[in-house]
Amino acid sequence: MSSYSVTEPSSRQKWIAGCLVIAYALITIMPLLWIISTGFKTQNDAIAYPPEVFFEPTLEGYVNLFTTRTRQTEEFLQANPPATWYDEIVHERGMAIVGPSRFGERFLNSVIIGFGSTFLAVVLGTLAAYAFSRYRIPLKDDLLFFILSTRMMPPIAVAIPIFLMFRSLGLSDTHAGMILLYTGVNLSLSVWLLKGFIDEIPREYEEAALIDGYTRFQAFYKVVLPQAATGIASTAIFCLIFAWNEYAFAVLLTSGNAQTAPPFIPTIIGVTGQDWPAVAAGATIFLVPVMVFTILLRKHLLSGITFGAVRK
Amino acid sequence: MAEIVIQNLRKEFGSFTAVQSSSFKIEDGEFFMLLGPSGCGKTTTLRMIAGLELPTAGEIYINGEEVGQKPASKRDIAFVFQMFALYPHMNVRKNISYPLASQGMPRAQIREKVAEVAQILGIEAILDRPVGGLSGGDRQRVALGRAIVRNPACFLMDEPLGALDAEFREHMSHELRALHDRIGATTVYVTHDQLEAMQMGDKIVVMNHGVIEQFGTPQDIYDKPATMFVAEFIGSPHMNFLKFHGSLAAGATTVEMHHQTLGMPALREAFDGDMVYGVRPEHIRLSDSAGYRGEVVATEYLGTTQIVTLQTHNGEVKARIASDQVARVGESVGLDFDPATVTLFDNQSGRAIRSNLNAGVLSHG
Ligand SMILES: Nc1ncnc2c1ncn2[C@@H]1O[C@H](COP(=O)(O)OP(=O)(O)OP(=O)(O)O)[C@@H](O)[C@H]1O
Ligand SMILES: [Mg+2]
Repeated sequence: MSSYSVTEPSSRQKWIAGCLVIAYALITIMPLLWIISTGFKTQNDAIAYPPEVFFEPTLEGYVNLFTTRTRQTEEFLQANPPATWYDEIVHERGMAIVGPSRFGERFLNSVIIGFGSTFLAVVLGTLAAYAFSRYRIPLKDDLLFFILSTRMMPPIAVAIPIFLMFRSLGLSDTHAGMILLYTGVNLSLSVWLLKGFIDEIPREYEEAALIDGYTRFQAFYKVVLPQAATGIASTAIFCLIFAWNEYAFAVLLTSGNAQTAPPFIPTIIGVTGQDWPAVAAGATIFLVPVMVFTILLRKHLLSGITFGAVRK
Repeated sequence: MAEIVIQNLRKEFGSFTAVQSSSFKIEDGEFFMLLGPSGCGKTTTLRMIAGLELPTAGEIYINGEEVGQKPASKRDIAFVFQMFALYPHMNVRKNISYPLASQGMPRAQIREKVAEVAQILGIEAILDRPVGGLSGGDRQRVALGRAIVRNPACFLMDEPLGALDAEFREHMSHELRALHDRIGATTVYVTHDQLEAMQMGDKIVVMNHGVIEQFGTPQDIYDKPATMFVAEFIGSPHMNFLKFHGSLAAGATTVEMHHQTLGMPALREAFDGDMVYGVRPEHIRLSDSAGYRGEVVATEYLGTTQIVTLQTHNGEVKARIASDQVARVGESVGLDFDPATVTLFDNQSGRAIRSNLNAGVLSHG
């Protein structure tokens, strides 16, 4: 198994290491905190200089994110007193809500496309990785190299052919098209990552199951999959992060129906004002699913590791 | 219960031949050893019997039925892997009951069977423990439990004690043999340890480079080796080989070596050329009156016996003698070989020359 340093680090070393880790954590978390706090600022607070660290929080940004509003006359506003707390926030700015914004829709698109493509990439990747790991496949090494080679340039380099292909296949601006695209891009990563994990699982487990009276598929399902849980969880996280954050293809290939959140969020800034709080609110909400997903799967990342049931 | 017959079994991996045309027969209820050095094709042979590997050619019969192309699950065998291969995500109880669950056995009955097996193996206390933290011996027992719980027609074991330390191995090998005597199911056992094979087996097949060198009882294999490889592989220190050149007629009972006449069992065939006079260390006595002489090079004290290494005109010889007998390094002594135990080999091919000693063994070897 892995080797550990015999000597305990001294308390001074620990202290220095701790400081470095804290500094790094602060540097990476700063922009995040900035975005989250901006989401709760007024538009004026958001662009105030020097930047405000202490301010009176408001949900205006979030209300603006989810609604469309129009400016109204004083008479109109008095004739229609605010019915809800969010009406009230809008009223104070001399406006009225005319309907929901498209953020909800875009967010849902992101969920469907992100999770859908992650699911497909992981399922197909697991099956392919298992086959590559266990069966004698003609030209196996060439195939694996070919699969990897799709990652040797940035996916966006093939944007134009994909754009044309999608247009003639009628896949432009459809959920199916985007799921297919992200699955395709993620599959190489998923096959390679999972092959590594499955290679590590001794064949004897499956062979024992075969002798114990299970079919090949049952052996795969009941013995290999639980062993590969760690690999599957980490692969799923990588795939989701890519599909969730992808911007360039989303701008190019979606507009109305299947647009995901990343190309939509910048448009929130609005035609008139500079609605940074709404943008920040959108970005904050956008962060949540990936974070929850990662935290949920983190348990598997740690618990999936088993030692010693096969002695090496 | 099963009788296993292997006929002309062959396995190629690409251009590499792992097993070349093996044939042997395993009787019902036998504890059968597949013995050979690393890489000789033992595991491959066993995996073909199990159905984990398809033979390139040849047949495997279990109870008269040809099973060469049948899937493993249809052969009614249990396999104990070299590294145990316990399912790491299940506890001991689940590991043992897993083969029964696949047969759709009702839960209550599974519990009963598992309890019974746990009792036989003395592992009742660890039934609900995860397999990860078990000691080597307990893992071994769980692996055996998973095998015997199904009452298979035969057990196939691939170096099941290989992962244990020496002391515990000894103990487990007795336990295993006792278990076999109790259950009585045919067992095929792979090992590269000649002592283990001699101690535990009813019959032994000795393999080398994918070829079966000899097949027989431990005594026959030890006393009447069919090839120089077997004579060398079995026994520690191995059989002494005195090289000489000569021409012998059928019926000859002596050979001439360095102007001395040495006895041997009467030959059944004539031979002319380079030969090897094979004699085990314990069949050599040191005596001053003997004509064939050697010089003591080293002695190694082993308690009740000692191994004396001597330099002779025909090569180095090791003799096992009582430790109270005096042998001083540098001294010249006479060597007395027990003629009845001697085997002559063809030095070129390594095969034993037929004699009154080994004729019965070689005829079906
Ligand atoms: N799947 C395979 N592909 C190619 N060669 C193989 C394969 N399995 C085994 N071999 C080769 O066949 C030969 C015999 O292997 P086998 O595992 O039967 O040896 P063994 O007698 O069990 O040795 P050991 O004592 O090391 O376990 C070895 O040289 C091995 O490299
Ligand atoms: Mg082996």
